[in-house]
Amino acid sequence: MPNVMLRNNAAGELVFYITKKDHEEIVVALEHAGPGTWGGEMQLSDGSRFYLEPLEQKPKLPLTVRVKRL
Amino acid sequence: MSMNRQETEQLIQEVLQVYPEATGKQRAKHLMANDPTLEKSNKCIVANKKALPGVMTARGCAYAGAKGVVWGPIKDVVNISHGPVGCGQFSRAGRRNYVTGHSGVNVFADMNFTSDFQEKDVVFGGDKKLAKMIAEIDTLFPLAKGVTVQSECPIGLIGDDIEAVAKKSAKDIGKPVVPVRCEGFRGVSQSLGHHVANDSLRDWVLHNRDDDNSFESTPYDVAITGDYNIGGDAWSSRVLLEEMGLRVIAQWSGDGSIPEMQTTRHAKLNLLHCYRSMNYISRHLEEKYGIPYLEYNFFGPTQIAASLRKIAAFFDSTIQENAERVIARHQPMQDAIIAKYRPRLEGKRVMLFVGGLRPRHVIGAYEDLGMEIIGAGYEFAHNDDYDRTFKELQDGALIYDDATSFELESFVERLKPDLIGSGIKEKYVFHKMGIPFRQMHSWDYSGPYHGYDGFAIFARDMDMTINNPCWKKLQAPWKRAGAEALKSAA
Repeated sequence: MPNVMLRNNAAGELVFYITKKDHEEIVVALEHAGPGTWGGEMQLSDGSRFYLEPLEQKPKLPLTVRVKRL
Repeated sequence: MSMNRQETEQLIQEVLQVYPEATGKQRAKHLMANDPTLEKSNKCIVANKKALPGVMTARGCAYAGAKGVVWGPIKDVVNISHGPVGCGQFSRAGRRNYVTGHSGVNVFADMNFTSDFQEKDVVFGGDKKLAKMIAEIDTLFPLAKGVTVQSECPIGLIGDDIEAVAKKSAKDIGKPVVPVRCEGFRGVSQSLGHHVANDSLRDWVLHNRDDDNSFESTPYDVAITGDYNIGGDAWSSRVLLEEMGLRVIAQWSGDGSIPEMQTTRHAKLNLLHCYRSMNYISRHLEEKYGIPYLEYNFFGPTQIAASLRKIAAFFDSTIQENAERVIARHQPMQDAIIAKYRPRLEGKRVMLFVGGLRPRHVIGAYEDLGMEIIGAGYEFAHNDDYDRTFKELQDGALIYDDATSFELESFVERLKPDLIGSGIKEKYVFHKMGIPFRQMHSWDYSGPYHGYDGFAIFARDMDMTINNPCWKKLQAPWKRAGAEALKSAA
């Protein structure tokens, strides 16, 4: 259950940053991109997958959340 | 003559042959030939891993990162080196972080405060001594805006509770007292020390004045982060931003102060120079206060102009016009510098091995002078630094992560560069090998190198080093070609 920070980069892509590991990846696929629910399963550019408990709407980024490794 | 990728790979293989098999396998992962088309580095280079036993690494410790790099330059705090006396003394003022003020009155950056641990303190704990010391500091230096406790190795080993002392002392003296858990044995390099120091700033300092809105902000407020004012770097950067019409409200941390840090939240944009050591706090400022951060590069006229335009794009058309005016005003002076030094430096080949940011940032400055970077590497960079490096370096250039002294010397022997830029530990080795060398951590007692003013000094220094007549005088006269005549004359 790593703590990660989600933010948008200059190109508008969603960036996934694992704080403890200092590791940054771009989210290539997000299960629920809103409107309505936002979150769910996310696929990163290095191929790994994480699960974020879906939020009710798209949050204000950057945001630190806890995600589950799949 | 630059090498292509195969030749570089072959060179790496040849150098690695000396190692035992297991060591060679590990080290091979830290060396590569550059491919500028790569986007991600994690498939091709391993970084931020523990140095292998038996090899000579150039890395420092977490204390060096926290006290020496991040906290050290803040001028109005008293940094206590909590532990034995050596760590504090040998990290005192060596990095030349310039500050304004009166040393010992309102500025403490060039002083050494240490709790000077003895056997007794290791056996019975040093908490009482620390509390006494903080009270004494408050009496002797009433203008200090805060006290930090930079732990050295023994503090973690004996399990002293410096957080409890800090909390109690902070109440007693009415100033922030920051425990920094930067024991030297933590992490693999000073990089973790940067992180620990950033987190301590975040947890103990940054938010202390969040309910105080007396600071009048303007729409043009910016903060400079990751500039340590080495030889005056932050000052030569700051004048350019001010000339553009921006107001610099905080400097992190060169010539910086605690009140500046607490008003940083009013900035509209956070300008991040050293990504490696201050991206942590920048990310936090973005999340908590909504201040976006922008990485910029103030080395060499090409990069400065690009950065000034990038910064101006965040603001209105007045600032953008001002930026163009600043660039136009400085361009003739920069052209004159290039016209003077480029003919003397054109085509010279450079190898760099510095901390976690500079190799990729100074490439533009060298290229403005017509020089070529044939090898670059970092002591303690992470993979995100290498992601940013590939695009800057030419194809086939050698990249080395945490190079051992053996590897670096072997590469230099084979590549025969005209200039090496690295740290003090490498300097005299390469001087003895007869190769021009600049110490690129603290600018070899020169500087500033940032900004337009800095480039003039940078160009002069590189010329002064490479074209110094001493390099031709390293061979004894009787060993030179045509020495027979000399012998018979004698």
